[in-house]
Amino acid sequence: MFKKISRLTGIFFLILLWGHAPAGHTSQEVCSPAGDASQPLVAQPQYGDAIVTASIGDASTLIPILASDSSSAEICGLVYNGLVRYDKDLNLEGELAESWEIKEGGLVIIFHLRKNVKWHDGKPFTARDVEFTYLKLIDPDVKTPYSGDFERVKSLEVIDDYTVKVDYKEPFSPGLSSWGMGIMPKHLLENEDLGNTRYSRNPIGTGPYRFKEWKTGEKIVLVSNPDYYEGRPFINRYIYRIIPDQATTFLELQTQGVDQVGLIPLQYSRQTDTPFFKKYYRKYKYPSFGYSYMGFNLKDPKFSDGRVRLALDHAINKEEIISGVLLGLGRVSTGPFTPESWACNKDVRPVPYDPIKARALLKEAGWEDHDGNGILDKDGQEFRFTIMTNQGNDTRKTTAEIIQRRLRDIGVAAEVRIIEWATFLSEFIDKGKFEAVIMGWNLSRDPDCYDIWHSSKTRPGEFNFIGYKNEEVDKLLLEGRREYDRDIRRQIYNRINRLIFDDHPCIFLYVPDALPIVHARFRGIEPAPAGIGYNFIKWYVPTGEQRYTRW
Amino acid sequence: MRKLNKLTIFGLVVVAVMASAALFAPFIVRQDPGAIDLQNGLMPPSASHIMGTDSLGRDLFSRMVFGARISLSVGFVAVGISLIAGVIFGSIAGYYGGWVDSVISRFIDIMLCFPAFFLILATIAVLGPSIWNIMIIIGLTSWMGVARLIRAEILSLKEREFVEAARAVGASDFRIITRHLIPNGMGPVLVSATLGVAGAILTESGLSFLGLGVQPPVPSWGNILTEAKSTLGIAWWITVFPGLAILITVLGYNLLGEGLREHFNPHRKQ
Amino acid sequence: MVNYIVRRLMGMVPVLIGITLITFFVIHLSPGKPTRLQAEMSPKISLEAREKLDRLYGLDKPVHVQYWEWVKRLSAMDLGKSFVDERPVSEKIGERIPITIAINVLSLIMIFLVAVPIGITSAVREGSEYDRISTVFVFIGFAMPTFWLALLLMSLFGVNLGWLPVSGIKSIDFEDYNLVEKIFDLIRHLALPVFVSAFAGLAGISRYMRASMLEILNKDFVRTARAKGLPEKQVIYKHALRNALLPIVTIIGLSVPGLIGGSVIFESIYAIPGMGKLFYDSVMARDYPVIMGVLFIGAVLTLIGNLIADVMYAYADPRIRMSGR
Repeated sequence: MFKKISRLTGIFFLILLWGHAPAGHTSQEVCSPAGDASQPLVAQPQYGDAIVTASIGDASTLIPILASDSSSAEICGLVYNGLVRYDKDLNLEGELAESWEIKEGGLVIIFHLRKNVKWHDGKPFTARDVEFTYLKLIDPDVKTPYSGDFERVKSLEVIDDYTVKVDYKEPFSPGLSSWGMGIMPKHLLENEDLGNTRYSRNPIGTGPYRFKEWKTGEKIVLVSNPDYYEGRPFINRYIYRIIPDQATTFLELQTQGVDQVGLIPLQYSRQTDTPFFKKYYRKYKYPSFGYSYMGFNLKDPKFSDGRVRLALDHAINKEEIISGVLLGLGRVSTGPFTPESWACNKDVRPVPYDPIKARALLKEAGWEDHDGNGILDKDGQEFRFTIMTNQGNDTRKTTAEIIQRRLRDIGVAAEVRIIEWATFLSEFIDKGKFEAVIMGWNLSRDPDCYDIWHSSKTRPGEFNFIGYKNEEVDKLLLEGRREYDRDIRRQIYNRINRLIFDDHPCIFLYVPDALPIVHARFRGIEPAPAGIGYNFIKWYVPTGEQRYTRW
Repeated sequence: MRKLNKLTIFGLVVVAVMASAALFAPFIVRQDPGAIDLQNGLMPPSASHIMGTDSLGRDLFSRMVFGARISLSVGFVAVGISLIAGVIFGSIAGYYGGWVDSVISRFIDIMLCFPAFFLILATIAVLGPSIWNIMIIIGLTSWMGVARLIRAEILSLKEREFVEAARAVGASDFRIITRHLIPNGMGPVLVSATLGVAGAILTESGLSFLGLGVQPPVPSWGNILTEAKSTLGIAWWITVFPGLAILITVLGYNLLGEGLREHFNPHRKQ
Repeated sequence: MVNYIVRRLMGMVPVLIGITLITFFVIHLSPGKPTRLQAEMSPKISLEAREKLDRLYGLDKPVHVQYWEWVKRLSAMDLGKSFVDERPVSEKIGERIPITIAINVLSLIMIFLVAVPIGITSAVREGSEYDRISTVFVFIGFAMPTFWLALLLMSLFGVNLGWLPVSGIKSIDFEDYNLVEKIFDLIRHLALPVFVSAFAGLAGISRYMRASMLEILNKDFVRTARAKGLPEKQVIYKHALRNALLPIVTIIGLSVPGLIGGSVIFESIYAIPGMGKLFYDSVMARDYPVIMGVLFIGAVLTLIGNLIADVMYAYADPRIRMSGR
């Protein structure tokens, strides 16, 4: 399912954020391993062993600026480095950039690059590679989904081999994190067509792992980079196995054939509490960086009345969905930011489940059951609409079924239609041919959500497909992305949170938890707000417990 | 008429029981198959839920009974479509012969070259997995066998006396085909229709596994069984009941089909 | 013989043309242009870029011209490039096809090894308890939904008993194994998929064999042989069997499309990177060049299967060669 989210989240899912768990991850509270957390701290980590990760889908390209699905992004995250990255507490820190300066009120960023970094082929990494990557990002002939953030750059100047100066057209605060984009080697890719180069299947990067082999549809194998600037990773091999079916993956877990995978709620809470799993695996849980919602087509006259939307919000029991579908492994969403984000307005309370109030509001708006058939009507029209969601996501499907049930309770007849993802987007979302949809957003760490909520982003194929329009929000969204000061931005985004929530352009449903499980032989895992993947190169297996030692 | 053997009787009983379950579903089942009761999700079989509940707390037995409706409808409608297409193509080819026959026969050869499941998958993904699309597409990819049977049957019948007689009294081609030839060739077609129902039920379950079958909340045996994937090891009833229902029903149709085949086999009529 | 094969090959030409027509038709069923989807993967791609893509794929031309150009490229063995990763379709299919063919050939062999004896023995003992049990057995194989059987077997042999690996085609350390270990590893991985694929196919072949055998047993020459007082075994295995086996050969060709179609499901569940999985992925990603490529190749494989079957048949039965069918 995560592979399929990619198109809509292309922009928001920043591949640079070493996304090891299936969804993005962060949290304010420290996430705790559900199993026995007391891992003995061995003073000296050992090299060796391999980690086997299971993925539903194969990667499609290992050119970082073209990688728009999560599998490609995950492998690129290990093979390439960005200039910056998020640390375990979700603050930006230097990666290939040792440091940076923001000047002229955010109009200029100067990156000072590391001097000891080498490409996997031994050539040194320099500012020319950064320039090359930038030029490819804004090249109209390169089909990258990430060009948006870089089109705001006025110019990029190489000052010397290890200094790059970036000029922006106007201050653009999400810009800094966009430099987490994987930097590509100029000396190899300069004369290549990125869409059609052998390096898309044999990548050369600067990252902690080197590419070894890619057996299409079967596995991708990476090996540790002994010359990595942060030191050689302890785990020798990273094996990315493609297992298309989730039932198969689960059976593989039961034979220890897979070391690391993201669980679904049912597996987390009901299927992995056996002595076997307690002995051989550790489970982790932290809020993912995204939310699911039911969006209305605001151009539809049925939903143009805010009272109607609020009524439907009252009619849907979010807690019921979270306990019934997510089995408690998630929380209510209260707006366009996840609860852990600093942008989230903590004063916004979810709309309580109150079917009586819902009926009253609908009556106020003119919807009553005049003919006594159990369905509300107004001006001779019954309150009927179709909820669409994409096929392949069981959580959304079940959520839709529950919502359908609850709306029926207040006399609203909703039909559920599940549509295959590609058709869903091209035939319904892009063309605005929908009444209500259940979908989700994966968010970037930066709260800028201009593309989702700004009223100019409603053309076909753009992300404000529900047609939300609020002049104050429009103004604040622009302000938010011009401002670098965290405190001022917090105020702006808190206000945006409040305004959008009060408008009820959609019903914010839930923020699911990320539920990774990792084989117990891996040590050095330290859950943090960023999840568990951020320190992957420090994970290790004590010599006596290593499983794959043939290499 | 020869005595029916035990297996044919078994097939008949299965077919009859499942068909009446499907027909009388609302009278058999007390619980609403769509009633969600999250507090009672994944409950094992008990007095109140004789087949247990699924992950949304819906009564599995009710869903199975209503699922029989859907699954059997898919089977029957798909086979109906394939019969219509097969009979039309087959009788035209057989009766007129000549270039008409060559064109249709070649077309049949060509259709038989494609893995039917590939064609079904491609078209359903493009047109969307609605229950009607599923029925129509399964039907349109499975008529070739029927067409061949009808063609062969008509070829052998059309020189026989009763056809000559009909022609002599001036009956039209259409009348000869529909009144004389098709009814006489119906035996083997009935066999292949019986097997076709079984095949369509299986195809729907395969599509469900890939997420392209009948879409929830409408229950089909295929999509109920698909839930077994996510409840392995904690809810045997979701693995066992729908699986057995498909197995027994498909088996029943096959055995009945075999019985009919023996019955219609000219070599065996003594 | 050569003559016969040439004649058969000539006969395949119209069928091949028909295959290209249907492949093309299926793809153009969909509303809108296939490039729309690719372009829409990235909202940044402008209308001009979409038009450029359309021109690139020749979609701005009338349908018959498009078809003609596709067939021209096809005849030069050029299947085009994937929309998803821009790799040549022939390369994508090429790397997936060996494993699918291997599994299907293995399962065909298994089907024949099991189904033929079952068919013969149940024909010989027609109406007996054995006949009934074997009938039920082969139909159970057919009647089990593939993925259900696969899941049950994976749980049993993979997890509960731990005898076989759950999925995949090779172990992690395969490259470091010696030859014997490699062969053993492959057998262990392929055992379940081949079994699942074969079990479903038993019914068809064994019932066909049974019917064919019954028919022969009722023929005059067999009755004569019996009447002459030849031992029953000799009658059955020498006279009847040879004649009954012959028509079975043609079934090989006919069972190819079913086997290839079934590979979608068992390749997905056993995580086997074969052609069925490639087809499913391409369908879900609307990767039209690959869908068309796989459909075409799948149909051609069937044609080849039919050809092999016919040639074998002709080899075994000289009358066919002469009459030329």
